[in-house]
Amino acid sequence: MAKAKLMDFDKALELYEPVLGFEVHVELNTETKMFSSAANPANSANHGAEANTLVAPVDMGLPGALPVVNETAVRYSISLGLALGCSIAPSSRFARKNYFYPDLGKNYQISQYDEPIAFEGSVDIELADGEVISVPIERAHMEEDAGKLTHVGGSTGRIQGAEYSLVDYNRAGVPLVEIVTKPIFGAEHRAPEIAKAYVATIRDIVIALGISEARMERGNLRCDANVSLRPRGQEKLGTRTETKNVNSMRSVERAVRYEIQRQAAILADGGTIIQETRHWHEDTGTTSPGRPKSDADDYRYFPEPDLLPVAPSLELIEHLRAALPEPPAARRRRLKADWGFTDLEFQDVANGGLLAEVEATIAAGASPAAARKWWTGELTRIANAQGREPAELATPADVAALQGLVEAGTLTDKLARQVLEGVVAGEGTPQEVVDARGLAVVSDDGALIAAIDDALAAQPDVLEKIRDGKVQAAGAVIGAVMKAMKGQADAARVRELILERAGSTGA
Amino acid sequence: MTDLTKLSAAALADKLTAGEVSSVEATQAHLDRIAAVDADVHAFLHVNGNALDVAADIDRRRAAGEEVGPLAGVPLAIKDVLVTTDMPSTSGSKILEGYMSPYDATVVARSRAAGLVPLGKTNMDEFAMGSSTEHSAYGPTRNPWDLTRIPGGSGGGSAAAVAAFEAPLALGSDTGGSIRQPAHVTGTVGIKPTYGGVSRYGAIALASSLDQVGPVTRTVLDAGLLHDVIGGHDPHDSTSLAHEWPSFAAAAREGATGDVLKGLKVGVIRELPDSGFQTGVSESFRTALAAMEAQGAEIVEISAPHFEYGVAAYYLILPAEASSNLAKFDSVRFGLRVDVPGGTVEDVMAATRDKGFGDEVKRRVILGTYALSAGYYDAYYGSAQKVRTLIQQDFSNAFSQVDVIATPSAPTTAFKIGEKIDDPLQMYLNDVTTIPANLAGVPGISIPSGLAAEDGLPVGIQFLAPAHEDARLYRVGAALESLLVDSWGGALLDRAPALGANGGGR
Amino acid sequence: MSEITPDLVRHLGVLARIQLSDEEVERLTGQLDAIVDNIAKVSEVATAEVPATSHPIPLENVFRSDVAGDQLTPAQVLQNAPDSADGRFRVTAILGEEQ
Ligand SMILES: [Mg+2]
Ligand SMILES: [Zn+2]
Repeated sequence: MAKAKLMDFDKALELYEPVLGFEVHVELNTETKMFSSAANPANSANHGAEANTLVAPVDMGLPGALPVVNETAVRYSISLGLALGCSIAPSSRFARKNYFYPDLGKNYQISQYDEPIAFEGSVDIELADGEVISVPIERAHMEEDAGKLTHVGGSTGRIQGAEYSLVDYNRAGVPLVEIVTKPIFGAEHRAPEIAKAYVATIRDIVIALGISEARMERGNLRCDANVSLRPRGQEKLGTRTETKNVNSMRSVERAVRYEIQRQAAILADGGTIIQETRHWHEDTGTTSPGRPKSDADDYRYFPEPDLLPVAPSLELIEHLRAALPEPPAARRRRLKADWGFTDLEFQDVANGGLLAEVEATIAAGASPAAARKWWTGELTRIANAQGREPAELATPADVAALQGLVEAGTLTDKLARQVLEGVVAGEGTPQEVVDARGLAVVSDDGALIAAIDDALAAQPDVLEKIRDGKVQAAGAVIGAVMKAMKGQADAARVRELILERAGSTGA
Repeated sequence: MTDLTKLSAAALADKLTAGEVSSVEATQAHLDRIAAVDADVHAFLHVNGNALDVAADIDRRRAAGEEVGPLAGVPLAIKDVLVTTDMPSTSGSKILEGYMSPYDATVVARSRAAGLVPLGKTNMDEFAMGSSTEHSAYGPTRNPWDLTRIPGGSGGGSAAAVAAFEAPLALGSDTGGSIRQPAHVTGTVGIKPTYGGVSRYGAIALASSLDQVGPVTRTVLDAGLLHDVIGGHDPHDSTSLAHEWPSFAAAAREGATGDVLKGLKVGVIRELPDSGFQTGVSESFRTALAAMEAQGAEIVEISAPHFEYGVAAYYLILPAEASSNLAKFDSVRFGLRVDVPGGTVEDVMAATRDKGFGDEVKRRVILGTYALSAGYYDAYYGSAQKVRTLIQQDFSNAFSQVDVIATPSAPTTAFKIGEKIDDPLQMYLNDVTTIPANLAGVPGISIPSGLAAEDGLPVGIQFLAPAHEDARLYRVGAALESLLVDSWGGALLDRAPALGANGGGR
Repeated sequence: MSEITPDLVRHLGVLARIQLSDEEVERLTGQLDAIVDNIAKVSEVATAEVPATSHPIPLENVFRSDVAGDQLTPAQVLQNAPDSADGRFRVTAILGEEQ
């Protein structure tokens, strides 16, 4: 594929005003699916199940099967709608969206169309410089996820060129809430940052509500980003593209930046933007066009006759409203005060999308400073190197346990980093990695003294120098001991023992 | 010994309870009858090879003193629209040839739990689209009264099985008359319950907002007994009513005493034209009304001005919902697959649906796709849903004046096989009297009212009651039934010609 | 007269994933035209003030509690599969995009 021409980002912003829009799909972590009582793979308890083991008749469209709505999914959807500042519809309905696709057992998706459960809201998001921006929400509606296709044959594993495809219906029927924004104006240079902050905020909200695992790498949270440009001074909106399934916060930021640069180059050349779906490629950092749809988007929506209206009582809505966690902006203010971070330290955490991780790590027993250090330091470094999100690498419980091992003297900082590598590589909990790799600090003085004696034998003048007040001479011995101990010694203790030796011999 | 196949289900159940006959004997008698006549009638698509084992199990349980239901041991024919784990379920379509369901329809599961013995699966118009069973992919069913004629549809197989004494009881489904119209042309009894009164779970959906499962029998009491088994709330069907239903068998027994007719207000629809109804059908209808009047019923003319829009609304709503319900037949997970060398999955789906669906199914799926497509929705589907509201209003106005509404069950007696097959519009008009009940969700019953003078073929009378008032239909139906059977000196079906090698029929 | 044309019928065949022959398109065009002429009369009485009825018996808030059940075994899931591999349904190459 020919590489698209890109315009310099600042130049693009000089000529054009970007208008953004987002559709975020949130997989709910209910026990069972939206319309069947099969176990829900978007709940961690069922994650990674074998293909086609979490399937009820309705999920695969078996003849005669009928959907029944999951009450918990409805409650979660109402809570999410309220957290997005939406009004909750006194009565909302399901509709059928008809299109043929092999991942869709019934060849229609049960969704909501003209009567969504939640509508007209707004979400405050906070940018790196502390500015708060309000993103307008058009609607949030309930629907079901589709199954999963694996494309086999061909070189890419993608749909193009595949010889055949395999279908797994485990994901079919997973409860989704789709959150649709209104057009977001005035983003300007901050458009990519707003994109990322918006997704991070939605993620924070659903985690705080406890309604989704929100693991983007598992597809629990998926973002479609709409971008259009219009020439400065023009009122009419430009043609938009929809970049589908951008599945990390970092990618959302990059994809929006890329589309602005790509569209600007086309427009500046006198070209036109085609309204189309585009795919994000993580590896190359580019988007490519999807194939045009053959069905001309005629989904033949009609009210789902197998289901009845959802009409939540005011009591239920108010009950769920009262149980809402604090809004993200207020939460940030509270966390900043609780943790005692400087502005810079706090922004480091917030901009990394790591508030929930740090909070959970502290709750698991780590100090705020240690939790911050691990998440914004080593884990972010590894994540960047691997093109992943820090939250994918380790759990807050792992990080707290790791810090606990450091504080107990079992691990030095350096050893702890090695243990973390093991955790990231999937070798188990920190303790399991320590045991398996034999990485614990040697705390037995006998072993240390033996090593010190060996080192002193090689450098017999060191004790003399120390006694002469040249305490820094101990460094050479410490180095030799640490080397002999393969780093699994506490350097401070080694130093203490050397000084003790110098003192006792001289007395 | 009496011919066990000639007994009503209630009479057979009494003999089973009394230990005079075993379920194995009763089941064997019906299997023998099927063997003797079904080559001619073709009511069954599949006969249950395990029926005798099931019957033996019931006999064993009864002998062991286990509590068994009132119909335990009685054979039951099951319309092929209902999925079953032990027999194929095709809905009369090639696209589902050999399909084995991993679960039982709720009505089937309840029938099994009540000790009924599944005899087999009955023929039907493909996906229940039709009024003659000529649209079955497996060939037509023939009317036991005249093998050159249609048994009605879509549930012609269930009605013919019961009329030909191949089964005492059958399950049917009624989307626009598919239980009641076959009952009319075969001289049997059929009930479409209140929408939501019987679970749709496991009934291969035609039009979800119209479909209802119901009993197909030879007597009103038998229908009540079967309704008692299959009815009631099912959490697997969101549209199932959480209603406390009375015993319909008890209602039928009460009705048979005749007292219920005294003071009963029976509505007759002014707008239902005499023209368009076969003379013998109209005459039989009036005779039945006169018999009721003689017992103290009051005939009241009522107005239902929107019923004339019923057929039009029905032929928009049904194809629209069906086009979506039938999308699942795509060759991916089950059913027919037509391979297209070098083709994409889209090509395979389109070729499979071309080959696997018959003409009537394609016609309705294309029509429904049209009615729902962007730009036409409001004019067609949207308007049809409004007509539904108007028809419901007509019903509620009518039921503020009368207890039940009576109509002929269908405009004509059984027509010849092939007579209307090339004229879909003419075919659609068969359902003019039955459709309003489906659109409004109210219950309807068809019972035999006599034979048409000009052709000697059966005619049915339909009663409609307000939603939830199914028991009223059993009372009224049983009352008229006992009056008419007395006046005929025996059941109408006694006058049907003999069938098969044993009977020396045609 | 309605506006059913062979092109429209062909397009509906694509939407409904039914491969129609030219002969079928021609026959269906005529039949649908006659049927649509007949059923279009619903709009005569379906005025703006008449509400639509989707369900014959009005109900609302019919829910299921979030408790597992009804799950099929993998063998049941695949028991009617025209083709399968690795415990999954196998289909030939897909042309269209995911929605
Ligand atoms: Mg063809
Ligand atoms: Zn969606």
